[in-house]
Amino acid sequence: MSLRVGVVRFPGSCDETDALDACAMVTDAELLWHGRTDLDGVDAVVVPGGFSYGDYLRPGAIARFSPVMKAVADFAAEGGPVLGICNGFQVLCEAGLLPGALLTNSGLRFLCKQVDIIVENPSTPWTAACEAGERLSIPVKHMSGRWHADEATVAQLEADGRIAFRYAPGDNPNGSTADVAGVCNEAGNVVGLMPHPEHAVDVLTGSADGLKLFASILKGGDRVGAAN
Amino acid sequence: MKARVLIRPKQGILDPQGQTVERALPALGFEGITDVHIGRLVELEVSDPSQLEALCEKLLANTLIEDFEIQLEED
Repeated sequence: MSLRVGVVRFPGSCDETDALDACAMVTDAELLWHGRTDLDGVDAVVVPGGFSYGDYLRPGAIARFSPVMKAVADFAAEGGPVLGICNGFQVLCEAGLLPGALLTNSGLRFLCKQVDIIVENPSTPWTAACEAGERLSIPVKHMSGRWHADEATVAQLEADGRIAFRYAPGDNPNGSTADVAGVCNEAGNVVGLMPHPEHAVDVLTGSADGLKLFASILKGGDRVGAAN
Repeated sequence: MKARVLIRPKQGILDPQGQTVERALPALGFEGITDVHIGRLVELEVSDPSQLEALCEKLLANTLIEDFEIQLEED
């Protein structure tokens, strides 16, 4: 039986179909409208990029109160694999499912560029198909991608191996603390990152490195399905 | 009751908006202005102001990166 991944769609999401296509390249996938209060029994959840609720107030601040987010939080608490990409990362941080917060880029510009990121923690369900230290070429496109947490939190995350991805040396595009591109929760099942792996799934458009994150969900079998 | 909530970037967090405005000032002839910080102002009408603290912590501010200050305006 193949796994089924649910991709959340908020009003203002814009990367949910790319995320859906990327998931569908490795397994079954379906969209989950933000107004639903259940996850249709999916085995993993992707919270995609975009501008949920117009990014009003702060990116992710309103989306975190969507009905579906209560179900996502419960799913995450039970060990279900959740991946937040870009705006989805912002939503998960605002929801308190991931540490830190995302601030306006230090250069005050919207960024759209290919960057290299390093896989720091290959033991999450979203990085299991990667090697530690592996370099992935993946695009970023965001205005508020400067991840921030206080010093004590960063030190704790470093010690616990919870920095999932880092921008390659010299490739930090947004002023993110400690070059952090993505982090995971304490249990490792919730991962968020600013770069867009769903936009890097075919060499025709520059890189297929992003596919590894979605393929990981099949390899990380020990964690997948833990919620069911 | 009318209320204002002032939301500011926490001290020590890079505030590129404030810095950019500050750097533009000398070119306009404004001298001696430092420590420019840019935040947000939320104005609202509230019947029970005791809710405001929780509202700020839950929604209006992200206390990891922002401080807030509530100002009440007596009618």
